[in-house]
Amino acid sequence: MKEKVRIASGQGFWGDLQSAPIDQVTKGPIDYLVMDFLAEVTMSIMQKQRKRNPDLGYARDLVTIVDQILPYCVKHNIKIITNGGGANPKACSEAIRRGAQKKGITGFKIGTVLGDDILDRITEFRRGGIGLDNMDSGESIDSVGAKLLSANVYFGAMPIVKALQDGAQIVITGRTTDTGLTLAPMMYEFGWHQEEWDKLASGTVAGHILECGGQASGGNFSADWRAVPDLAHIGFPIAEAYPSGDFVITKHPHTGGMVTAQTVKEQLLYEIGDPTRYITPDVIADFTTIQIDQEGMDRVKVFGVQGRPTTDLYKVSMSYHDGYAAFGTLTFSWPDALPKARAAGEILRTRLRDAGLAFEEIRSEFLGLDSCHGPLAKTSGEINEVVLRIGVRSHSHADVERFGRELAPLILTGPPGVTGFAGGRPKPSEVISYWPALIPKRVVTPEVFVNEV
Amino acid sequence: MRIQLRQICHARSGDKGDTGNVGLIALRKEFYPVIVKYVTAERVKDHFAGIVLGRVERFELPNLWALNFLLHEALGGGGTKSLKNDAQGKTLGAALLRMELEIEEEMEL
Repeated sequence: MKEKVRIASGQGFWGDLQSAPIDQVTKGPIDYLVMDFLAEVTMSIMQKQRKRNPDLGYARDLVTIVDQILPYCVKHNIKIITNGGGANPKACSEAIRRGAQKKGITGFKIGTVLGDDILDRITEFRRGGIGLDNMDSGESIDSVGAKLLSANVYFGAMPIVKALQDGAQIVITGRTTDTGLTLAPMMYEFGWHQEEWDKLASGTVAGHILECGGQASGGNFSADWRAVPDLAHIGFPIAEAYPSGDFVITKHPHTGGMVTAQTVKEQLLYEIGDPTRYITPDVIADFTTIQIDQEGMDRVKVFGVQGRPTTDLYKVSMSYHDGYAAFGTLTFSWPDALPKARAAGEILRTRLRDAGLAFEEIRSEFLGLDSCHGPLAKTSGEINEVVLRIGVRSHSHADVERFGRELAPLILTGPPGVTGFAGGRPKPSEVISYWPALIPKRVVTPEVFVNEV
Repeated sequence: MRIQLRQICHARSGDKGDTGNVGLIALRKEFYPVIVKYVTAERVKDHFAGIVLGRVERFELPNLWALNFLLHEALGGGGTKSLKNDAQGKTLGAALLRMELEIEEEMEL
């Protein structure tokens, strides 16, 4: 058994810093690179890409990243674990295999985790009496019906552990929990069993700290943002894990950013619910048991984490088509910037009403004034300029499109001193709504394939 | 004494569907009992009048000197449905730090 395992975060979302994974594998020693690509609505975007082209539907950025770091990873035996396979892990693994062969890199294995995509099985489940009701609102899935765009089960660490046991150097999954990506190598390297709840909880907490990349190492840090050094070259976080479950969050030397008790705490609190019940397919972690200790510069020790048995349900992330939206902006200058922007918004609403358009919502916000804090925002005196941002939402594509045509005329037929309309008409974009549900674990089985390149 | 929450706390916020979460963390250990006492769920609900349409839940994490707040119906429908500029509640944390408190305790800030 290794006495410690270094797991490095390489991406916090689809579109994150492209240099981060390269820095993680080249600027210091690591054993694993984990990359999270999936947010709530990402799967629906990828599912659409797959519908248009059966060879797509995954994070193409990932293939570019792997292409750049693979020679280094193979040479130094760094393993890569990622859920960037999205809606098409098989095609993603295939693209990585082709890239490696083109470079003449062979003699390693790629693991692929399938089985999370249950979009084609919804009818079967409904017939079998499985509800898939919305776990927030309680509504029946039948109300969404044919508008469903994607349905994916959140798998945990176990399928990845299986792939690692079968010798995979790269593991590509679809909808795996962000935390499972980090927990899996700890379970594999330290031989943790599926019922060592405290250790699984600790690995899950490590995963939660790593899953948003630079947000744990000085990015988006609210306590004292000026104190964060060299954000331009931010080093992403690394978990140095030990067999006991304890771990240290750190980063490579000579990189920017910082790891302190405060940066780690902010990330621990990020997007959690009841802290005593952080539920994953692997374990229920209790965040109120987490102990942290800054043991040195850019080194924060995390220990004492407790967990308990998980549930016999998987969470399912579904998404469905829910109409269209469009947004437009116009900039108003001094004098009377705000009254002019407000007047323009009212004129536009009148014209939309006169045209008989039906919107579920029209929202006006004033960027530079109150778009973030609404009624809590304070105004003092006269403002120099303000941006009117107006958004509409409707199930009628035509009505949303028509809104886009009504914005530009305000330049010549509204209050004076308006600019900033470059960029053309606002175009309708599809509204994708999220449908979280639960499903018994027994009806969904992860499939793990490991193939030699 | 009168204080603004930003003098004794830092915060990070995010989203889950139409629910915003704010992690409010005391800058020093001795500030934690103060936020437990004064920054109640009711008080936060009042603070966010017109922004948070649903209920506010509060959870305590004394180990991290922190409180976690769930702000229900705070994001205009959430996800891609929301017409808000801050559809993901990224700035709700800063909005909470605007809160002003009249406290009985005398503290060095």
